[in-house]
Amino acid sequence: MMISGAEIVIRCLQEEKVDYVFGYPGGSVLHIYDALFKQEEVKHILVRHEQAAVHAADAYSRSSQKVGVALVTSGPGVTNTVTGIATAYMDSIPMVVLCGQVPTAYIGQDAFQECDTVGITRPCVKHNFLVKDVKDLASTIKKAFHIASTGRPGPVVVDIPKDITAQVCEFDYPKSVQMRSYNPVVKGHLGQIKKAVQILQEAKRPIIYTGGGVILSDAAEKLTQLARKLNFPVTNTLMGLGGYPATDKQFVGMLGMHGTFEANNAMHYADVILAVGARFDDRVIGNPEHFGEEKRRVIHIDIDPSSISKRVKVDVPIVGNVTDVIDEILKLLDGGFKADPEVADWWKQIDEWRGRNSLAYRQSNHIMPQYVVEKLYEVTGGDAFITSDVGQHQMFAAQYYKFDKPRRWINSGGLGTMGVGLPYGMGVLLANPGAQVACVTGEGSIQMCIQELSTCKQYELPIKIINLNNGMLGMVRQWQEMFYSKRYSQSYVTSLPDFVKLAESYGHVGMRIEKPEDVEPALRKAFTEHKNDLVFMDFIIDPAANVFPMVAAGKGLTEMILAEDI
Amino acid sequence: MRHIISILIENEAGALSRVAGLFSARGYNIESLTVAPTEDPSLSRMTILTWGSDEVLEQITKQLNKLVDVVKVVDLSEAAHVERELMLIKVRATGKDREEMKRMADIFRGRIIDVTESTYVIELTGASSKLDSFIAALDAGLILETVRTGVCGIGRGDRILKV
Repeated sequence: MMISGAEIVIRCLQEEKVDYVFGYPGGSVLHIYDALFKQEEVKHILVRHEQAAVHAADAYSRSSQKVGVALVTSGPGVTNTVTGIATAYMDSIPMVVLCGQVPTAYIGQDAFQECDTVGITRPCVKHNFLVKDVKDLASTIKKAFHIASTGRPGPVVVDIPKDITAQVCEFDYPKSVQMRSYNPVVKGHLGQIKKAVQILQEAKRPIIYTGGGVILSDAAEKLTQLARKLNFPVTNTLMGLGGYPATDKQFVGMLGMHGTFEANNAMHYADVILAVGARFDDRVIGNPEHFGEEKRRVIHIDIDPSSISKRVKVDVPIVGNVTDVIDEILKLLDGGFKADPEVADWWKQIDEWRGRNSLAYRQSNHIMPQYVVEKLYEVTGGDAFITSDVGQHQMFAAQYYKFDKPRRWINSGGLGTMGVGLPYGMGVLLANPGAQVACVTGEGSIQMCIQELSTCKQYELPIKIINLNNGMLGMVRQWQEMFYSKRYSQSYVTSLPDFVKLAESYGHVGMRIEKPEDVEPALRKAFTEHKNDLVFMDFIIDPAANVFPMVAAGKGLTEMILAEDI
Repeated sequence: MRHIISILIENEAGALSRVAGLFSARGYNIESLTVAPTEDPSLSRMTILTWGSDEVLEQITKQLNKLVDVVKVVDLSEAAHVERELMLIKVRATGKDREEMKRMADIFRGRIIDVTESTYVIELTGASSKLDSFIAALDAGLILETVRTGVCGIGRGDRILKV
């Protein structure tokens, strides 16, 4: 049976078992929206800004391992998605973004709402396509889902001119995809894996350093098995939190610019690093020369060969899917693992570092942001999905909410995009109906996508917004305080809205919390009495609170500023 | 170090911009770039002349391999290979220079492929250094125009880049 291109798009989404599409209609996608209207399988979430559609689709994927899908119109619809696409690209999130385009004959004519979608998005997608023939539409969408979700995942853009959505052809959705130019490696090289096991056995001061790859590969359980078997310390990157249970005694905390004293020291002084799905980025290892001063052997498991030996020289590269490679290592260790006896001394050293209690923070008459996150952890039983924006609050959430499970910590680690928190909450809730979802944010970030309060009302998404309000762009202010002689250039936010009234005007519940003793009761109220409401909790926090430990830009990983130094 | 990278890439719209964009986004150098379809019209072969340390070259080849349209990548300069570049050069050819130009073209095994009363177009093929030498050997004032294809290369013997 011949069906239209628009119907083909929807049929493809049905074949891919897509339950939600996040989008915003417009001229070029009217045929697609019409086809969407005529069916019920694929549900559409109407956002208030295309950027939020992509963020929500991104978080839908982060919290569920499915591919997120967004649908937008041509021109400004596309350009508004670019921040969201780049955000997903930096964190390797599988996503398909379907974009309307002006009719084929108009392309290049500066038509109304025309832009070079393929050109604009090219540097921030895993791949993109412009569909020029309706006969290629189904196979292109199949390829898009395949590319997005295999290998190192990432966003894929499909640009569909309006005339293509009107033309008709037979619908034939391919069962599988064969591409001679794209065959990602899955299994690791066995010889390399054996070499790695040998080095692990010789290690005297080992550390397991894991990142977002463990989450994306759904390898948390396997990794935990491996770590327990080795009895080595484990540290997670910001993107890797939840990859290993944070409450476990082998966990030494997050590492990097705002990592714990014990994690950063253990990473720096380790003689063997087992890096798993992590990429030694600048926020993780600090000054690379300083990091390079210690002699060590590095084993690096990653699905992307270009992540290996990019910033740190690797001794044993293992290219493959993290889950498969860990599985092989576990098999090799089946006969039992005997660690070097000196590892016991290493643990003593780590415990000594732990004794510094680097996450201790000063007490205050004001609400301390760290305290809010600690209470949030208690009230939610440590089992909530936490989305965050970008800044101090993001670091507080990462440091003080102990993630025991993967896919619970949803944030923009790579691109560092302010404004993601609220749309991330939407995506998480739609992927995990009934779950506890809190968006830890600040008064700066939340205003970057605040229009989505309206979307949350329309679809009754009871996100708990934890607004750590210090009236400042906190992280900017922290740097200005420490490195710019307290010249607070443009980091002070004046004319803030009354967030309580704002929330209420959208039909939500608003709370303003100003005293430390009110923090816990307010949180309890929000998560029980207002379980089914979106609650905007405006916490007026100590404006001088800073994030510690801190590795200043250009400093080495062990050259941390601790709260006690200030 | 100077490297010649050969790439087999799907002959699709935008393939060139993906490669060129990768080089500019990651700060790699492109000295020259040539591209044309192969005997299999669904594939293009691209040759890029670039400079960089071993680490940079390792990243360049890995990043190129990561592009979805790229089928194969080879660093030709890693082993024995031949390389050629084509230049068309238009020179003033009047008076005593006319005979001199003809002689120079002969010495460099160039061919004169266009003749007017006052100009020649000389076609010259060879390693880039030979083309450079030819330009250096001519009186700069007589050179009216040059166009060069950039380097293309191929492995010697059994080294074959094919799908």
